[in-house]
Amino acid sequence: MMEFFGNVIHWLPDLLAAAPLTLLLTVVAGVFGLVVGTILALARLSGSPLLAWPAYVFMFVMRGTPLLVQLYLIYYGLGQLMPGTWVRHSFLWPYLREGLTFALFAYSMNQAAYNAEVLRGAIQAIPKGQIEAAKAIGMSRFQILWRVRLHLAFCNCLPVLISDIIILLKSTALASTITVLELMGVARVIQRQSLQIYEPLIACGLVYFAVVVVLTNIMGPVEKRLTRFQKG
Amino acid sequence: METEEIALSVRDIHKTFGENKVLKGVSFDARSGDVISIIGSSGSGKSTLLRCINYLEKPDSGQIILAGEAIETRQDKDGSQYPLDKKQLMHMRSRLGMVFQNFNLWDHRTVLENITEGPIQVLNWSKKRAVAQAEALMEKVGIIEKRDQYPSQLSGGQQQRVAIARALAMEPAVMLFDEPTSALDPELVSEVVAVIRTLAQENRTMVMVTHEMSLAREISSHLIFLDDGRIEEQGPPEQVMDNPKSERLRQFMGKF
Repeated sequence: MMEFFGNVIHWLPDLLAAAPLTLLLTVVAGVFGLVVGTILALARLSGSPLLAWPAYVFMFVMRGTPLLVQLYLIYYGLGQLMPGTWVRHSFLWPYLREGLTFALFAYSMNQAAYNAEVLRGAIQAIPKGQIEAAKAIGMSRFQILWRVRLHLAFCNCLPVLISDIIILLKSTALASTITVLELMGVARVIQRQSLQIYEPLIACGLVYFAVVVVLTNIMGPVEKRLTRFQKG
Repeated sequence: METEEIALSVRDIHKTFGENKVLKGVSFDARSGDVISIIGSSGSGKSTLLRCINYLEKPDSGQIILAGEAIETRQDKDGSQYPLDKKQLMHMRSRLGMVFQNFNLWDHRTVLENITEGPIQVLNWSKKRAVAQAEALMEKVGIIEKRDQYPSQLSGGQQQRVAIARALAMEPAVMLFDEPTSALDPELVSEVVAVIRTLAQENRTMVMVTHEMSLAREISSHLIFLDDGRIEEQGPPEQVMDNPKSERLRQFMGKF
């Protein structure tokens, strides 16, 4: 028994060293997801079918299929297509053939679809009067969008956006299936090399848990500050 | 000569919602310093008329002239008029201070930020100048102690006073009040009425839609009774209220 826990502790440093990559995936996909998600949400609400329909289809497909399928399709599918094109000779090729690049892309797009759905609802829920007040004072459309609509929408759906980030963090474990050596990937390498099954997994779970706890504790005060205007 | 004094001119405004003709040609002029109150039963088109003045509603036809400057419009696909020049529209709106029935303060901004938002963002004032002005305005409407609170922490009366300060911060040529006391609890009406009365005494040009008959009588220089989308009667408040000529106005006044 002592030996078992000794092993768990033994693998912790190696796994902690992989945590930054997990965080990188989370942060990059989180940021891109929010930016692209905002654009998607605005496209859906634009009233122009030319913008709204592609956004709708994209969101529907991304939210309607498993992330693992998306990862495989993007890594094996897109990855197969690209060597036949100019991309092969681009100076970016060394990065583009990496599993990490595909993972960052897949997670960003997936996150964008989920964020877009949340933001769409939040933007729609903004009281019309507050937008009228902005119009009446002479603000431009962009000022109204940025300073009233998006600002209010972000704050109002912040709890959901944050919980989606936590879900994203944990789902980055799937990136190990396309050669990314993040936390889960490293745990699997250790499993193969040490022939231990549970110890690396438990150690890996502990590190995920620690990262989630840290992240939650950072987000908590941010959320509180940005939503302090709300009642209660 | 005479037109120079006219702060706001509303010319022959028509507005239809679907089949419903809400405004059937309404015209009036507000000279500088005039306080014009618009009364009438609900559904008579009062609020729509006020909202047409700053194009929150697009009138089907008619013209708004602010300080001699007519708003250029074009015919939209749906038949309504729409301001041709967005810049001109924004500029015009910035010179019309609007106070809404439901206050419509921005939830995510403090009292101070609500008041400085327009001057900083629209008039491009420095923050320092906007804050100094906002503080004077908060003092004036009696909410200086709420400076850093959010709208959700204020009573309706306090919120409406902030909304009035926010409109005044733009140093508007004309103030528009859309039933400013209708959403307030009865005991909170007087604090807002007191602020509006002060503004009237300062000779500000104001157009007010209201159900507060005593306020309308007290501060108005001109009273308009709107009925079924038309001006049924108008004139000095005593004359209109005490000697209603039309049957409709008699019926309306009978309710108070």
